[in-house]
Amino acid sequence: MSGLPATAAPRRFRVGAYAIEVGQAPADVLRSIDHLYGRYPRVAPGEFVDFSVGVRRRRLPRPWVPQSVFVVEGEEPFNPLPGNQGFPLLEWGLNWCIYGLCHQHLTIHAAVLERGGRAIVIPAPSGSGKSTLCAGLLFRGWRLLSDEFALVCPRSGELIPNPRPVSLKNESIEVVRRFAPEAEFGSLVRDTVKGVVGHFRVPDEALQRARERAAPGWIVVPRFTPGQPPTLRRMDRALAFMRLVENAFNYAVFGRQGFEMLGALVDRSQCFTFEYGDLGAATELFDRLSRGDPDVCG
Amino acid sequence: MRPAVNGHPADLVQAALAGGPAALPRDAAGWSLLVAQARTAGLLARVATLVGATLEEDVATLVGATLEEGVATLVGATPSPSAPWPAAAAGHLESALRVVRAQRAEVERELGHLRQALAPLGAPVVLLKGAAYVAAGLPPARARVFSDIDLLVPQERLGDAEQLLGLAGWRSTHLDAYDQRYYREWMHELPPMEHAQRGTTLDVHHAILPRTSRLGSPGAALFEAAVPLPAHPGLSVLGPEDMVLHAMTHLFVNDDVSHALRDLSDLDLLLRHFGARPGFWDALPGRAARLGLQRPLHFGLRHCAALLGTPAPAPAAAAAAAFGPAPPVAAAADWMWRRALRPQHPSTRLGGQGLALAALYLRGHWLRMPLPLLLRHLTVKSLKRLGEARGDDAQGGRG
Repeated sequence: MSGLPATAAPRRFRVGAYAIEVGQAPADVLRSIDHLYGRYPRVAPGEFVDFSVGVRRRRLPRPWVPQSVFVVEGEEPFNPLPGNQGFPLLEWGLNWCIYGLCHQHLTIHAAVLERGGRAIVIPAPSGSGKSTLCAGLLFRGWRLLSDEFALVCPRSGELIPNPRPVSLKNESIEVVRRFAPEAEFGSLVRDTVKGVVGHFRVPDEALQRARERAAPGWIVVPRFTPGQPPTLRRMDRALAFMRLVENAFNYAVFGRQGFEMLGALVDRSQCFTFEYGDLGAATELFDRLSRGDPDVCG
Repeated sequence: MRPAVNGHPADLVQAALAGGPAALPRDAAGWSLLVAQARTAGLLARVATLVGATLEEDVATLVGATLEEGVATLVGATPSPSAPWPAAAAGHLESALRVVRAQRAEVERELGHLRQALAPLGAPVVLLKGAAYVAAGLPPARARVFSDIDLLVPQERLGDAEQLLGLAGWRSTHLDAYDQRYYREWMHELPPMEHAQRGTTLDVHHAILPRTSRLGSPGAALFEAAVPLPAHPGLSVLGPEDMVLHAMTHLFVNDDVSHALRDLSDLDLLLRHFGARPGFWDALPGRAARLGLQRPLHFGLRHCAALLGTPAPAPAAAAAAAFGPAPPVAAAADWMWRRALRPQHPSTRLGGQGLALAALYLRGHWLRMPLPLLLRHLTVKSLKRLGEARGDDAQGGRG
């Protein structure tokens, strides 16, 4: 399959509330799109499109060092990356469209999954094991809303799904492959600023339910510590609130309303810190958490 | 790409601004294009106020909602003949209004800090552009996003103002020796200042054009007509005519025309607002002549009328028309400005767009300083840019 040339752009697909059009992209990027976004709902010509983006392959100023440039509405807001990084660049560019341009919702850097109608929000900076934990949970019965953004609706306080392909880095890729052999990875991209980057497909259920919002349930701040048994500890609400503020992209844009929204999110959730060294044991503990086991804190 | 309208590169933003709510698109594809163009032009919130105008008739008055709430009620609504905007488009409008509101609150807070910092100066402090619109409650503030606060102090008090602002935490940026000299010797402002804690930026001017400008550098005369702000003791804004002339000068004597349509829309709102005051239109041409800003007045009224249908009484329009350049130059200027005064979005590009913008960039510089200085400035800038590019390469090689 991957040896065949991809048919020409555009690609139009819907991710949760947003309709995306990729107007122009090199063949390798189109192949990744077709693999990872192939089962997303199509956006028909004439329907509303939220963002028209693309990747331009540039061979200037040095023809022997091709570069990839992210294009949104004809503008190039970022510096180019090496040519082979076109697809990760597209993903990072789409992230920017969400957190930089969309203030319809409060946007927090966090993974979000749902079980039994309640959402777990995992706010954390890169390197904390957030995406790995998210990957583990979505292969153990949790529905993915997003591995990157908690989008909080200013009217209902619910979490809005934005299920994009899940991005993993370096050792996490192997960890998740061993943990869930069914994970369908696209091609890995090496030598990015973040090291090796790989994306895997979002399970069909998450795509079918991508317009279904979830009420807040849990806030869990993870820390990966090798060798550590999984440990949930109750977290002070004020600290959980501060963690959300630190990881929010547009808290200031919402002003006082943002303060109230995050307060409500914390009030409606049980808040924990979480240390873990093994993904399997971690997901078992979260299974107990979702069933309301009173002894999860050991 | 999204479909062009009738195969033409249509400027849907200009059409909506000129035609009002009735000229908003009637289908989802049109709305995609309008939102994209308006975002590029910095006019998304302005478009939201147009939707708000339609709301006042139906939704907003019925539910007693503010504009923002009105737009928000459309989120989740399905398109219908009375509400053809798709819910997703309404979401982006809501987003744009939210940014405007946050910025307005931030400017209000900064004005309080500024007032305190500059109180010992004992000289007039005049707010310019966006900050002035917010502080004086003028129409452009309802839908304007801007990045810094501009103010004007008398030239002889510039040093004192800089010291007082420094005491209150504002630091000079652009610390490179050439940049410092560029601003202090040739420009009409100090190097931009940034607040150490809050990160807000401040441009402190002593005139509205560079010292080296071909049009002269009006400064002192502006203070005579300044209007104190009762709500912000110690701060003033320019008199109506001067404010309009400054907006025109900023737009038409500038090397950066990337947001020209937004600036034209501001101008349109100001002209409609002040134009209702007795004496405004009679005074405008004379004031332009006194400040040496006849040419900006000419271009301002010409393009406002052509693109946004801004009304001007015949005597003022005739006076401004007489301030124009000779015919061949006028034709070239029209050709360039028609291209600059569009959203710089791929769907609105006309033939020669890039050439027109490059020519306006050179023209802006040409008007700002005499040729020898200009050549020197552009050479230093290119060499510095080359040096920076080399630095990047070296870093890339190590990384």
